[in-house]
Order: sequence, then structure tokens, then C-alpha cells
Amino acid sequence: MRPLADEVSAYLKGRARWSPLEIAFWIFAFATIWLFPAKHLILTETAILALFALSLDLILGYAGILSLGQAAFFGLAGYFAGLVAKYGFVEEPVVALVLAGVAAAALGFITSFLVLRGSDLTRLMVTLGVSLMLGELANRYSNITGGADGLQGVTIEPIFGRFRFDMYGHTGYIYSLIVLFVCFVIARRIVYSPFGLSLRGVKGNSLRASAVGVPVKWRLVAIYTVSAFFAGIAGALLTQTTAFCSLDVLSLDRSADLLLVLILGGTGYLYGGLIGAVIYKFLQDWIATLTPQYWQFWIGLVLVVIVLIGRDRIGGGNVALRTYIARLGARLMPRRTDRREAPCRFSKQ
Amino acid sequence: MPILETIGLEKRFGGIVAAQNVSLTIEKGARHALIGPNGAGKTTVINLLTGVLKPTAGTIMLDGRDITALDPHQRVRLGMARTFQINQLFPDLTPLEHIGLAVSERLGSGGDWWRLVGSKSAVTGEIVEIVERFRLADVMHERTAILPYGKQRLLEIAVAFACRPHVLLLDEPAAGVPEAERHDLLATIAALPAEVTVLLIEHDMDLVFSFADRISVLVNGSLFVDGAPEEVARDPRVKAVYLGEEADA
Repeated sequence: MRPLADEVSAYLKGRARWSPLEIAFWIFAFATIWLFPAKHLILTETAILALFALSLDLILGYAGILSLGQAAFFGLAGYFAGLVAKYGFVEEPVVALVLAGVAAAALGFITSFLVLRGSDLTRLMVTLGVSLMLGELANRYSNITGGADGLQGVTIEPIFGRFRFDMYGHTGYIYSLIVLFVCFVIARRIVYSPFGLSLRGVKGNSLRASAVGVPVKWRLVAIYTVSAFFAGIAGALLTQTTAFCSLDVLSLDRSADLLLVLILGGTGYLYGGLIGAVIYKFLQDWIATLTPQYWQFWIGLVLVVIVLIGRDRIGGGNVALRTYIARLGARLMPRRTDRREAPCRFSKQ
Repeated sequence: MPILETIGLEKRFGGIVAAQNVSLTIEKGARHALIGPNGAGKTTVINLLTGVLKPTAGTIMLDGRDITALDPHQRVRLGMARTFQINQLFPDLTPLEHIGLAVSERLGSGGDWWRLVGSKSAVTGEIVEIVERFRLADVMHERTAILPYGKQRLLEIAVAFACRPHVLLLDEPAAGVPEAERHDLLATIAALPAEVTVLLIEHDMDLVFSFADRISVLVNGSLFVDGAPEEVARDPRVKAVYLGEEADA
């Protein structure tokens, strides 16, 4: 009895263990501070995009919510961080960052009830609609937001009163990278918790999830709110590291790019957004130097190719491989029963 | 006092009546079977009982409490769990994760986001109990989608059982299970603890008559006959409507 309990506990917890590859990933990420000091500006943008993509992965990869409206949270928190800095309501950047995230989370909580119902397409339209409305509000109230000219006169105070933002972006990069790491660790904790397990259940089969006692609606509300918080942190980081905020933080492009990033990197394993952001930013940077005017053509081409060769099915490939290995095992060890792929129906609500 | 009771339950889909004036009484600890020809509305009744569907009219009482308006997950918390006629599992999760999910929810830690799965010993203890009871230890780390069908059927019941129900609704548990794996499954159903009330929906008459101590017959969405197995077996109307039809098919 005991040994089995230990095995069960060890197995369940084992999923959450940091793999050597992950540790290497983060060591390299922090090493870039010293390795590429001249690239800190683009690296800052990459870290922010990575955090933003992580926020989408939490709802898309773990709860199956397709969204074209993450820019709403990004933009709201971006303006929030800009305004509190401009008018000196909150001087300390880290405090302002967290408050901006909370503001975005509040918007996420309210709008989450709109995405509970309906199919992927409904959710796509609802999330898009919310961010469009917010974008138009920011345009209308240009006396507050600065409208098309952007929010002028934002000064960001030193972090903890000590670390001043410099024009080379060194402080900004280290700050963004640390924030990204902290958010990542929290997200990682969430997806390996019982709450995260219940989300995977909801995504896999929401009918069954409710039949084992999962309050499906509230779990979706919760993860949508958390996702909005992370998206907000990303938006506020952009404002703080550039001391500027303009209407494009709320644009449709920003949400659409984010889906692109996740498709590049893959969903449902947390690193997809990070890897996708690196690929996207550096591809964009590289192509833009080759052909400054038409770089989006090449991004488009890469996207088409990736979708055609089925990047998102890499997980499926692993499954096929594992099935094959299991069958091989069954053949080698005759006492185990043959493992045929049995039908396993799953429904979307 | 009956543990589960429906009073005048009715469900209409537009003009179609799927269930009509269903008043079902299930005693505590009973082995109750609900039978009826195809399309009689058995699964509709289960869906009404578990809250997947909301009735057009009528009341559902669980342990003396009106649960008609409650959501499915709230009914689970009050002690009613179900299995599905067609497997409703999580294809990408392992059996261990299935059971872990159900146990965590029941013990109220399903929403914990700061704790790692498997770190609470009360949860792992119960998982082990269920894995052993349903003999799933040999496949507990496998991806569910690749399990043999019989094991998936067992897991269906194990997941429902992990909710520690007072009332367990089994929707055709043996459907489609190959002969070789059938014995295991039936033995598991027979070995369910006596204090758990079981409502069984089944086509297999051998299973129904060997298992049930009370049988209700549903025809065209309404209750037709309700009684002890011998009475139901003797009833000429049942023979005509149900058993006769089965023989023709």
C-alpha cells in the first residue's frame, strides 16, 4: 500500500520537476545580459512579447479559449502605467507594474463572463470586440491618452529608487527579464497545481469535468483573469521601458501577432510563447534588414509553411510515437494486453 | 426515506417529449435498474438527474433536498456521480490524473493553484485506494486514449467512484466491452460497497436481472412498470413492449 502511494505522489509531482533543458534555457536567458549588451533593446521587446504570449498560452493552451483580444489587457495596463507615472500617482515602477496588472485583471474578470458561452468563433469575436471598443475609447478620450500622438511626458522613476532606466536599455532589459521569469514561475506553478489539472480536464472534456465536480465556469473565469493580469504586466512593462504609450498597444495587430507567436512556438507547454517570441522578433529583425519594406511578406510565408507542415501537431507526433513504443512493448512482453487505440470521445461543451 | 426521488419530471425538446411525468423513487442502498427500449428516454432521465439538462417541469430530490436548479458539479458535491454510455474521458490525461482530479475536487482542493498535484497525502491516499479497487495500477501512467476499451470502461466507473457518491448512476457500463474483459467489469460492479445506491441503465438483461433488486421500465419517455425483478419479468405488458421487441431485434 505505502510504496504505491509514494509512487503515485512521486509520479504526480514528477511532472512539475524542472528538467535540465529548462534550467539551461533560463541560464542562457540570463546570460544574454552579459553576452549581448548591444542587443538589449530588441531583447527587451522580446521578453515583453514572450510574457504577453505566455498570457495567451495560459488560456489557449491550458483552457482552450481562443482569443483575439489580449491587446485589451495589454493596452489598458500600458496606459495605466503611463498615466500613474506621468501624474506621479505611483512613483515606484514595481508597485505601478503590479497595480497595472491588477487593473487589467479586473477588466479580465468582468469580460470573462462574455467568453464563457459559445464556441471558438464566438469567443474570437467577443474578445476582438472588447479590444476594439477599448481602442476606440482611448482614441475618443485623447485628452487623457494623448490620442494618435501617444502619451507624452512620461517619466519613469528608478526601480526601488535605485536602478535608473538608461538609454541603452540595460536596466530595462534586466528588469523585464526578471519580471518575465517571476511571472513564468507563477504560471508554471499554476499549470502543475490541482487547479491546472482541472483546467486540462475542462479543455479535454468539459462535460466530464463538470461530472467529477469541477465548477467549469469559475475555473474559466479564474484563468481568464490570471491571463489578463499577465497580459497587463506585459503592457505596463512596455510603457515603463519605453516611457511611452500609444494607441497601437490596443490594436488588432498586437493580438493577431500574439497568435502568430504562439503558433510559431506551440501551445500548452508554457515555453511556446517564449520560444515563439524569440523566433518572431529575430526573424522580423533579420528580414527587416534584408528587405525593410516587405518584411511582412516573409513572415506571412513562414507562417503558411509552418501551419502546412503542422507545427501544432508535434504533440500529436509524440503521441503516435508513444503508441508505437507501447505496441512494441506489448509485443515484446506477451503477458501485457495489446494496446489498440480505443475510441475516446471528447466533446466541447 | 428515498435517497433519490423525481416528481413529475418532464423534458421537451421543442415539440418532442423526451420524458413525461417520470416519478421515480430510489431507496437508499438499492440496486435499481432503469430499462427500456432504444429511444425510451433513459439517457434523458440520467441527464436530467445529473443536471446536464434542465427539466421543463418537475422536481428532483436528493436525500430530501431539492436539487432541480443545481449545476452538475454542485450535484456531484452533494453525492451523486455518473458514468457515461459513451466514454467521456480526458484523452490526454493518465488514469492517475483522472482519479486525482476527481479526488482533489471532492476534498475541496481542486482550485488550489499554489500546491503541486500529488503533494497532499489525503489526496494520494484516496487515489491509491481507487487505483487498487479498480485494478488500474498496471496502466495508471498510460495516456488514456491508448488504453484497451475494457480498461477505459473501468476507468469510467473509477472516476465516478472517486467522487465518493452516495448515489452512483451507471449508464450502460458494459456496453461494447469485449467478452474477455467483461468479467472483470461485472465483478467490479458487483463489488461496489453496499452503502452506495446504484441506478443502473442497461440493455443486457442478464446483467439487469442478476444485479438489480428493483427495476423500472421506461417506454416513450414515461414510466411503464416499476417493481421487483420477478414482477417485472412476469408482467405481460413488459414482455410485449420491451422484451418482445428485444427478441424481434
